[in-house]
Amino acid sequence: MKLPGAERTARVGLTDAEYARIVELVGREPGDLELDLFGVMWSEHCSYKTSRPLLRLFPTTGAAVLQGPGENAGIVDIGDGLAVVMKVESHNHPSAVEPYQGAATGSGGIIRDIFTMGARPVAMLDSLRFGDLGEARQRSLFRGVVKGIGDYDNCMGIPTVAGEVGFDDSYTGNCLVNAMCVGIIRHTDIKRGAATGVGNPVILVGATTGRDGMGGASFASVDLTAASQERKSAVQVGDPFLEKLLLEACLELFRTDAVVGIQDLGAAGLTSASCETAARGGMGIDLDVALVPRREDGMVPAEVMISESQERMLVIAHQGREEEVQCIFDKWGLNAAVIGRVTDDGMLTIRNGDVVVGQVPAKALAEQAPLRHPEAVRPAWQDDLLDLDVTRLQQQDDWTGTLTALLGTPTIASKEWVYRQYDSVVRTNTVIGPGSDAAVLRVDGTDHGIALTIDGPGRMCLLDPATGAAMAVAEAARNLVCSGAKPLALTDCLNFGNPEKPEVFWQFSQAVVGMSEACRKLRIPVIGGNVSFYNETGASAIVPTPVVGMVGVVEDLAHICRQGFGEPDSVVVLLGANTDELGGSEYVRVATGRRAGRVPLLDLEREKEVQELCLTGIRRGLIRSAHDVSDGGLSVTLAESCISGQMGADLSLPAGIRPDALLFGEAPSRIVVTVGAGDLQALVDAAVEMGVPLAVLGTTGGTLLNIDVSGKSLVRAPVVDLAAAWSGSLPQVMSV
Amino acid sequence: MRFAVAVFPGSNCDVDAYRALHDVLGRDVEYLWYRETDLSGFDGVILPGGFSYGDYLRPGAIARFAPLMEAVVRFAGRGGMVLGICNGFQLLTEAGLLPGALLRNRDLTFLCDTVPVRVENADTAFTRCCQNGQVLRLPIAHGDGNYAVDAATLAVMEQRGQVILRYCAPDGTVDEQHNPNGSVANIAGIINGQGNVAGMMPHPERAAEELLGGTNGLFILQSMVQELERRQHEASRC
Repeated sequence: MKLPGAERTARVGLTDAEYARIVELVGREPGDLELDLFGVMWSEHCSYKTSRPLLRLFPTTGAAVLQGPGENAGIVDIGDGLAVVMKVESHNHPSAVEPYQGAATGSGGIIRDIFTMGARPVAMLDSLRFGDLGEARQRSLFRGVVKGIGDYDNCMGIPTVAGEVGFDDSYTGNCLVNAMCVGIIRHTDIKRGAATGVGNPVILVGATTGRDGMGGASFASVDLTAASQERKSAVQVGDPFLEKLLLEACLELFRTDAVVGIQDLGAAGLTSASCETAARGGMGIDLDVALVPRREDGMVPAEVMISESQERMLVIAHQGREEEVQCIFDKWGLNAAVIGRVTDDGMLTIRNGDVVVGQVPAKALAEQAPLRHPEAVRPAWQDDLLDLDVTRLQQQDDWTGTLTALLGTPTIASKEWVYRQYDSVVRTNTVIGPGSDAAVLRVDGTDHGIALTIDGPGRMCLLDPATGAAMAVAEAARNLVCSGAKPLALTDCLNFGNPEKPEVFWQFSQAVVGMSEACRKLRIPVIGGNVSFYNETGASAIVPTPVVGMVGVVEDLAHICRQGFGEPDSVVVLLGANTDELGGSEYVRVATGRRAGRVPLLDLEREKEVQELCLTGIRRGLIRSAHDVSDGGLSVTLAESCISGQMGADLSLPAGIRPDALLFGEAPSRIVVTVGAGDLQALVDAAVEMGVPLAVLGTTGGTLLNIDVSGKSLVRAPVVDLAAAWSGSLPQVMSV
Repeated sequence: MRFAVAVFPGSNCDVDAYRALHDVLGRDVEYLWYRETDLSGFDGVILPGGFSYGDYLRPGAIARFAPLMEAVVRFAGRGGMVLGICNGFQLLTEAGLLPGALLRNRDLTFLCDTVPVRVENADTAFTRCCQNGQVLRLPIAHGDGNYAVDAATLAVMEQRGQVILRYCAPDGTVDEQHNPNGSVANIAGIINGQGNVAGMMPHPERAAEELLGGTNGLFILQSMVQELERRQHEASRC
């Protein structure tokens, strides 16, 4: 039997059970406008109704955590009374439909999440995924996304300091655009998104409201279809200039004490900002849509409430300070309209002039979406993926050729084509910019720095979601350590397919379990993040892609490291041990055309020890360069260190492992470092003391990379040739 | 000696200029909001990089009408020293204080890099700390840095030594291969006929600290400081 509201619920993308719950919470049948509000707020995108039960597994506390998940962004203490505010968020669906605006507004949204906490944004990072660049559509998406990010971030004057880009056929219909913003704030200046104080004015500031981005939250909560391409009205349009003004105006406003609470308007626009601030403050909000400054005529109240027009914020100010707020926004040429007041009835009351057009409990909208517990089933095809007979991989003579080819694959090749389009040095704090394991920024007014990275090994996650997700955490931490930073906290963006499919939900739950375990073992709390489901087109989902953004602290900027070999006659040392594992490697993908095999073992204890040894070596001034082993394996790491340092190396690897596994296996927990000859013993002593395996590989110098095993040269190539393959690949592919 | 760093809506390298002059060189610096109309008490003006007015219409095309620019034009007319960096350079050409125009980069993409530039005239108030032919490594970050000017004007500029910086190879060779944005004659920076107004696409203020990758930008900023010191010294002698 169909409930009376069945047709109506389908229209807003909710189930009959959810409709019944709405009736229960509201105490009557909801009106159309009210149902629209529930439709967007109870969408997966806004409510996390499917992911929330599992996300509770994440460790989210720690001595340094000042704000965990649940606010606009997480906050972690970095000493000196300062803190880092950070968050990563997806903008996948809009970018798949309209790459330039989709990516630009992805930046815009995450930047607002940071300054709404009171912080000045100081850095941007991006994690991107596309299909095969051999296809014109993929090149066009890639080009559009990069330009969208660049135009927005550059105009904002926030340096884009790090990122990663990966390519895989599974992203063909559903590219991934994850943007991360990092801000710095004094502890005493932290703002929160809570509405308190009966009678306090609710002020909408920034841009005008139009029909762009209508229902974007619901749009993000279904699979992409051919019809999605027609839904361009669900994509927002960004104006970084307006956002720059909004940023400066808000920071100026925060220097007064007129603000009670503040929240940006993101997904679900005014609806989410009003009901979430009210719910957090345990209050209600009574607002009048007729007072909202508009850019279009004839908008009905529901449109005003769910519009996702960009560059807007909701400010709750102290009563009587309205004029002061107005003055600051006037100075910056922005709107500031008092649209309502804080009430004590817990209701979100929406008026259109004199008429009340909707009234529902704010908490019901913001927090009481019924949780979903979908079935999780290990895919039947999972075993086929693991099936890889490495003995059938041809053992060839030309390892130099294989290495050169790998260096030119888009996933491994230099991403300079991307980051040259981003201003990475504005605000003059960038000590290490894009193109190393992690970026390092000076913290204004101190000797300290922060290190930042973003990582997500999707290929490994397909084969083993738990280990793959743990590897994302381990690799992000390792990257920070390689720059000389101690990892502090992470923010995650979990990109998956349709969770209503048991196989996808299995991937998701495995990944959350794996990530949680890695976070606990490495003692890195999760302080916020984002889940992006429904990354599917037709029958195919993306490979599970958990992305980890991480911050670390550099105690002393005099002890930082880059990935390139910097000085000749340095001793090249491998921290950690090589293994005979090839599963999931880029090499296997190139050789067989498959993502296949058992992923390498990740021993988190070993991982921790290797990282501690590396960090100790850098802080004691022993280590001159450090680069972790990841995509492409040890030979690619060595080649990249040669290329970045424009210097050769003469190396001999320990024997006893198949040459292809030795050169291209992607076992984790390995870092290649260089030390001065005089410092080698100190490093060896430290390794012995900490129980970390270590191997001396050779010395830097000359113009050739030479890799021997048992006296036989496996790889021998001029560094300039390797550099040409590595650097030339993307520009060449993109010039087509 | 006091510097003013102009702040238009959308300026974003105002901080970079302030830091280099104040924190690194220890000079007296003040931000000046675009609505200000009075430059008395200031000895040098920096028009910083960024995206004034969001680059709407054309970079610098709207900022030139800001009240502060009227004051800057008067200030320059009295011989005051004005340095426009990146968006500031674009603004100076829009305001008619410098010849030519800055078009979209040849490859139509934004370009962030550190590039070698050759000092073409070390006998100016903005380059006196350099040597002729010296190669500086300076950061660039722009989408519209492709300098264009008509041939006749260019000939006059070249003859009068108004081209002060050119993009070049690391060894100082000027060729098309080392022209990042397509600028005519590899021009990276110029000066006006009177020698008191300069514009450049490279960012000297971003190359002022070893920690951040180099200090070559100080050759430019120190030249400006020295010139202002010389002027002060002369004024005090009168």
